[in-house]
Amino acid sequence: MEKTAISASDLTKIYGERAALSHGNFVVPEGSICGFVGPNGSGKTTTIRMLLGLIAPTSGTATVLGESISHPEKYLPHVGAMIEGPAFYPALSGRENLKVLAELGGFPLSRVDQLLEKVDLADRGGSKFKTYSLGMKQRLGIAAALLPNPKLLILDEPTNGLDPSGIQEVRGIIKDLADSGTTVFVSSHILSELEMICEYLIMLREGRVIFSGRTQELLSGQKPIIVAKPEYDVDLTNLAKKLTDSGFNISIVDGSLHIEAAQEASATINRMAFETGITLASISVVLPTLEETFFEMTGDSK
Amino acid sequence: MIRVVIAELRKLRRPTLLLGTIATVGGLSALFTSIIFLMIDSEDGNSRRGESIGPEELSQATGLVYGFRLVGAFLGIVALCIFASQTAQEYSLGTLRNLLVRQPSRMKILAGKFISMKIFALVMVLFAGALSILISFALAGRAGVDTSAWTTSDAMELLFKSTLNIFIATLCFGTFGMILGLLLRSPISAIAVGVLWILILENILGALIKSTGKWLPGFNFSNLGEGGNPSLSYRHSVAVSLAYLIIGGAIAAVFFKRRDVAN
Ligand SMILES: Nc1ncnc2c1ncn2[C@@H]1O[C@H](COP(=O)(O)OP(=O)(O)OP(=O)(O)O)[C@@H](O)[C@H]1O
Ligand SMILES: [Mg+2]
Repeated sequence: MEKTAISASDLTKIYGERAALSHGNFVVPEGSICGFVGPNGSGKTTTIRMLLGLIAPTSGTATVLGESISHPEKYLPHVGAMIEGPAFYPALSGRENLKVLAELGGFPLSRVDQLLEKVDLADRGGSKFKTYSLGMKQRLGIAAALLPNPKLLILDEPTNGLDPSGIQEVRGIIKDLADSGTTVFVSSHILSELEMICEYLIMLREGRVIFSGRTQELLSGQKPIIVAKPEYDVDLTNLAKKLTDSGFNISIVDGSLHIEAAQEASATINRMAFETGITLASISVVLPTLEETFFEMTGDSK
Repeated sequence: MIRVVIAELRKLRRPTLLLGTIATVGGLSALFTSIIFLMIDSEDGNSRRGESIGPEELSQATGLVYGFRLVGAFLGIVALCIFASQTAQEYSLGTLRNLLVRQPSRMKILAGKFISMKIFALVMVLFAGALSILISFALAGRAGVDTSAWTTSDAMELLFKSTLNIFIATLCFGTFGMILGLLLRSPISAIAVGVLWILILENILGALIKSTGKWLPGFNFSNLGEGGNPSLSYRHSVAVSLAYLIIGGAIAAVFFKRRDVAN
């Protein structure tokens, strides 16, 4: 069996009447990039706080780097984390803020400037945190998470507020770290942001883990769709009837037929249209995004 | 824990806070000490609550620390505000989560914070004292005060004792502020509650029911700073202050250790 960086069993946190996380069971294999996805309020941050020993679970247990979360001092020296957006002292510069954390963790101060360089803040390291733009704050948060040269990096919505090139950079940093053996556990409410870099995914909804496994498994749950557009709109219903009679699952969207079928069925569909005397203006195969698959699996419409 | 102290000192020595405090404390010290010597002939008095203190009294050994002692009463309030805000802001800024990820032992965080603030308070007290003494010497001549008694070993002993007492009182007030900061988790409310309590409520309570005075925390902290007085002994104030701070501190520490860090 693979070694696990994080493993939760029946991890539960109840606030008043509502469960922020209910019986969470999941594992994050060591050395992987694992996405942690769920809509707002689904319990991502709550789970991450429990994993970092900041809040105590109501019930259940978890281990991080092989140690129980009831003893965070045993694993936190090897963990870097950014939780729920960056929080720093507004009156201190970015550099001073990092130095405070480096001193606290016993890391060499020389790492501070290296990390500012890495997140592209070298020239603004001396400015006060309160003068930073949202993206700069976010990048300082990532730099702080990298201070310990972590074996496990936990990032809660790290791309929040970043522009496309910033998002690209963060992805690059995550990939580089993963290549050097760091396990990365990264949350987002946008699945499409994570599907391309994450080998594993854990999905949350209303405090429940609804998927935990390889991204590949989720991909295999994807049903491709063939989109066919007849030359004349009047032919739409005719063709739809013909295809339904032949056992296809069909919906009409924006003057096109959406047919649940794999690539191989394209020829059949084209031939059937031809036999009915209908010319197709276009026919193409579309893979739904993981997001759509996810919502289909969870029975939620966008 | 030493790492926590070093990290905390980095926060405390930021220019706005350090220079701001030094300026406030220095200003108070200069103001009170100057008034004593410059208004020595004033009909309105030159000491607390319109009392007058003349050149004969100031020429004794106690004259050296007279100004410093007056300022001492205010250093406590300054410390209360700083200790309270520096503690509570970790919650309101959300920075406590960063600290706890880097140092998971909450008791070490608390102890380190406490020690670093003690150092800060010491700097504050020493600065206020040194300034007051300098000004006293500078203005003594004008006010017709003879300073020969100020350089005796008696005066030195008095200076040492006063500094120690003012430092102890300042720490008591500061610790009181830190407890409020930990419990209330908001700098504004911690400072408001602390200052209202010390400056207003205790005075009202003490005025309404005379006997309550000797059991109120602020009265006793101040009494420590003054080295005790005939109506309220130093020993009594040590006991009452310790009782308040140990019980309050223990409650705050338990909360700090147990409470979820959810912001
Ligand atoms: N301190 C708290 N007290 C009460 N309820 C809380 C607390 N923290 C979180 N919750 C509740 O727990 C649920 C999960 O919140 P959480 O912050 O973990 O969600 P999230 O997945 O991180 O959402 P987002 O994407 O918006 O950051 C929410 O319903 C929230 O209201
Ligand atoms: Mg969140």
